[in-house]
Amino acid sequence: MAREMWKGNEAIAEAAVRAGVEAYFGYPITPQNEVLEYLSHRMPELGRAFVQAESEPAAINMVYGAACTGARVMTSSSSPGISLMQEGLSYIAGTEVPMVLVNVMRGGPGLGNIAPSQGDYNQICKGGGHGDYHPIVLAPASIQEAVDLMPVAFELAHKYLNICTILIDGSIGQMMEPVTLPEMQPVIRKEYDWAVSGAKGRKRHLLSSIYLDVPTEEKVNLRILGRWREARENEIRFKEYYLDDAEYIIIGFGTAGRIALSAVRAARAQGIKVGLFRPISVNPFPYKRVEELCKQAQSFLVVEMNTGQMLKDVQVAVRNRVPVRFYGRLGGVMPFPDEFVTEIQEMIKNPGKPEDDPADLWYQRMIAR
Amino acid sequence: MQTEVFLAGFGGQGVMFAGQVLSYAAMDIGKEVTWIPSYGPEMRGGTANCTVVIADEEIGSPLVQDPPAVIVMNLPSLDKYEPTVKPGGVLIVNSSMVDRDVTRSDITWVSIPCNEIAEEAGDKRMANIVATGALLALLPVLTLEDVESALKAHMPGRHKHLLPKNVEALKRGAEYAKKNARKAK
Repeated sequence: MAREMWKGNEAIAEAAVRAGVEAYFGYPITPQNEVLEYLSHRMPELGRAFVQAESEPAAINMVYGAACTGARVMTSSSSPGISLMQEGLSYIAGTEVPMVLVNVMRGGPGLGNIAPSQGDYNQICKGGGHGDYHPIVLAPASIQEAVDLMPVAFELAHKYLNICTILIDGSIGQMMEPVTLPEMQPVIRKEYDWAVSGAKGRKRHLLSSIYLDVPTEEKVNLRILGRWREARENEIRFKEYYLDDAEYIIIGFGTAGRIALSAVRAARAQGIKVGLFRPISVNPFPYKRVEELCKQAQSFLVVEMNTGQMLKDVQVAVRNRVPVRFYGRLGGVMPFPDEFVTEIQEMIKNPGKPEDDPADLWYQRMIAR
Repeated sequence: MQTEVFLAGFGGQGVMFAGQVLSYAAMDIGKEVTWIPSYGPEMRGGTANCTVVIADEEIGSPLVQDPPAVIVMNLPSLDKYEPTVKPGGVLIVNSSMVDRDVTRSDITWVSIPCNEIAEEAGDKRMANIVATGALLALLPVLTLEDVESALKAHMPGRHKHLLPKNVEALKRGAEYAKKNARKAK
């Protein structure tokens, strides 16, 4: 397959088409608009469903309905729009139907701005909507990786009857890179024993997220948890760079992760033995692998475009075995690699203690500058 | 090996397109490349910029603090980005829209009347391509032939007739830069 130059948002949209998405419902918001715009002509061209809904709550409820048929369905939005969808997402999780969500994160909270941010990590990974559920979240760092993960996202959503989110930020949505797109897959419509796909000649199926009988609701919660535990065992994804002889390790996901790659190369040019660990599945988070890396790392540097949301997951894995340092930029600021290089140098000079609070120390540094 | 090019100007001067031309050419010769635009509110207000990173391996950051190559198509962009050019780097200034010289002496630069040269080459809208030619004369990250092939391969059909003029603009830009560049001291 030839490499072609694609804009991130459009590449994701085409990759979804090739992964067999049958229905898309969405509402415009920058910096995600091109997903919707692209699908508005591409989906009808293929005889598939595209609806620009009147709002995000309407869009997610259309997704809910379509997901109940067992078809591959998706929506996409950006931070404030994702917040508006949370009620529907919780209902989808509670009904145990599969869907793919794309969040092209922007600066927040509130209306914020349209610049790249990673401020939705907690919302996306830890639930967002009400109730006990655990969406699968994949965080690509390049357009090729995003495109490669689109078919995976649909497979995981359908395998675990769960929401699978592709979590990127405005920079990946807006930039262009050469990509090799996946082959066009035929539309797959599995005969699920739960789907509402027309009951003629069989017993009717009923899908709902309402369980007024409390013990039944507990059973449903355990069933949801059981599938999540399975996903947690099987669906860990990450990428490692220069770790073989690394004495110091940076951890970052998505855009912060790829910026860290430049920083690692620059620091290595100065003779510093530093490597990069980039989680791709941020939920389930690769706790075990980070735990293993504690044996090798003298200390960790966690970098994010937020106040240290993934940092908490790293700390769960590290459990004060080695010092952890944190560096974050907020509100839509994209860090430069040089900032991370300085952080690496500072970390080596003053490694701190394993029991230090990295988020607190970072905050003190931020307000002092 | 990695090279970064930063392009800035008013909306409509074709800085985004010039960056994309470089990106396509880099992709076609098998390089890794990223093109990232400014897509914020400033895009609606007038100034536009993009960064192109060309490399032999997986690209990390799509942005750089001190690019080794900068094209500025107007005065506000010169004022803002002249200080960011990496020492020893290259700066291309569209003198058609700028009424001052470059003040730094640690970079190689050329002040080139892109609008007039583009008009002589057949269309004033090709100022961006003139500037691209000038850049490649001073920064051999791609050849003029690479860019010519990329234009040929990726220009939409309805614009194909503009190809010879664009190639002419590219060459004239390169020739001008070769003759008039001031080398870093």
